[in-house]
Amino acid sequence: MTATEKKQLMITACKVRMGIIEGTHAAKSGHPGGSLSAADLITYLYFRQMKVDPQNPHNENRDRFVLSKGHAAPALYAALAEKGFFPASELLTLRHIGSILQGHPNMNETPGVDMSTGSLGQGVSAAAGMALAAKYMKKDCRVYALLGDGEIEEGQVWEAFMFSSHYKLDNLCVIIDNNGLQIDGPVSEVMSPYPIAEKLRAFGFETAEIDGHDFDAIEEAFKKAEGVKDKPFAIIMTTVKGKGVSFMENQVGWHGKAPNDEEYAQAMAELKARLAEME
Amino acid sequence: MADIKIATRESYGNALKELASEHDDLIVLDADLAGATKTNIFLKAFPNRHFNCGIAEGNMIAAAAGAAAMGLVPFASSFAMFAAGRAFEQVRNSVGYPHLNVKIGATHGGISVGEDGASHQCCEDFALMRSIPGMVVMSPSDDIEAKAMVKAAYAHIGPVYMRFGRSAVPVFHSEDYTFEIGKGELISDGSDIAIIANGLLVAEAIKAGQALKEQGINAMVINMPTIKPLDEELVLKAAMKCGKIITCEEHNIIGGLGEAVCSLLSEKHPTPVCRIGINDEFGHSGPAAGLLEQFGLTADNIAKKAKEFLGK
Repeated sequence: MTATEKKQLMITACKVRMGIIEGTHAAKSGHPGGSLSAADLITYLYFRQMKVDPQNPHNENRDRFVLSKGHAAPALYAALAEKGFFPASELLTLRHIGSILQGHPNMNETPGVDMSTGSLGQGVSAAAGMALAAKYMKKDCRVYALLGDGEIEEGQVWEAFMFSSHYKLDNLCVIIDNNGLQIDGPVSEVMSPYPIAEKLRAFGFETAEIDGHDFDAIEEAFKKAEGVKDKPFAIIMTTVKGKGVSFMENQVGWHGKAPNDEEYAQAMAELKARLAEME
Repeated sequence: MADIKIATRESYGNALKELASEHDDLIVLDADLAGATKTNIFLKAFPNRHFNCGIAEGNMIAAAAGAAAMGLVPFASSFAMFAAGRAFEQVRNSVGYPHLNVKIGATHGGISVGEDGASHQCCEDFALMRSIPGMVVMSPSDDIEAKAMVKAAYAHIGPVYMRFGRSAVPVFHSEDYTFEIGKGELISDGSDIAIIANGLLVAEAIKAGQALKEQGINAMVINMPTIKPLDEELVLKAAMKCGKIITCEEHNIIGGLGEAVCSLLSEKHPTPVCRIGINDEFGHSGPAAGLLEQFGLTADNIAKKAKEFLGK
């Protein structure tokens, strides 16, 4: 990745973060914390990693992305809008009656959304089913699933991991967004999922442990994933919940709360300043 | 009625095998019950298209949803208790909500599971599955209908729940029987009372109808394999002609065929209804035939209830 390419990704990720703030502010609800922690990864997927075409969102040979932590929908929507799947003005309709942007992803309402998710633990199974189907259909496409670190407390996630390993789904890459916080507090206090990478390796995954806000590390992890045969791949990324908005960072209270007008203004000012700095 | 008896789970396995030879997009998922659900019939013929998910029904259902999102037609199989019960929320959120083309083949429905007892006797699946928007819910009465139902389910675009039985049941349909989703079958016409049944209760209803006839009661007998969408036209016709209806199902009287019939009639043509089924209680261990008798799911009890209902 050249310095220019990396800078462009950082600019796009900053715009995605602005979309998250605009969407949740307009909705007066939603989940900014876990959206902001996942913003860099989702940006990388849609702007550098995945084979997708906004002009042909149903292309059968496209790569698939399943947002298993469906509450991070504002990040997915902002990335899809930035990529051109639908106009960015739609972000302001988030969670409104009649909007194509439901509170959690809906594959039949939103162009570019590959699976309806929201009930935690289910998306990763659907992603595994997609990867299995792709192999059966001899399709050369890859499937990505993003999970929360709290989400992996769901037993179904481990059923899906067993399944992925059993069927040697080397076209599947799961990413764990380890921002360390869930609704009721730190994951280590609510119900510790640690150690995450060791558990995944025990379930038959190849793994990479990275800083989820470092594009070079993300690139390296995906390159490694593509080289692995007969095993599924997991990226465990350490992230900062609320990343990019100073007063939201590492604050559990910003899991599922929208910024009010004042907070919105401050968040946007910070992100705009960051954008101006880069541009 | 013919002497041949076949369990509809066997019909399910055979129909899958037949269908798969014509359609490459059909795959089967099972949850460590292939021998019992009879998907092992399919497995033997198409080992590369049968995916055992182990004892993990929630993952199986959502994985089937993912396969359907890729364009395949997955048939996900387990016992009714686990497919509709344990995996209810996966069926609701990963299959029903996105309206994905997943077919759920649930065997061992109802009390006729027998010796395994109440933990495995699912009498709540119609209620659970009916409550999911867009879900087709069906239960066949014999081998011929079951096979036709599986083929219709494949042809239908959208989620389908099918409940098959463990016990062998009489084959009474002829080979030229045509099955259509959402259509009931008028087996014998009558004007005194209408008996509407599904599953293994259809054969019992036919016998009850014959017994009643011998006693001068002219019963209409209807086979209602699709619980949702209900054949409203046929139910209304029966209500208007007979004025009294008995429903028979191997399911809790809450939430199944009987309640579907009552809901329709109370809004469109109020008619007295007597529901025969499991009376909001759990089953227990025992041979299927003994349990069916104990819980009143027999021709004798249907005939008895009909006479009481008519005041005779």
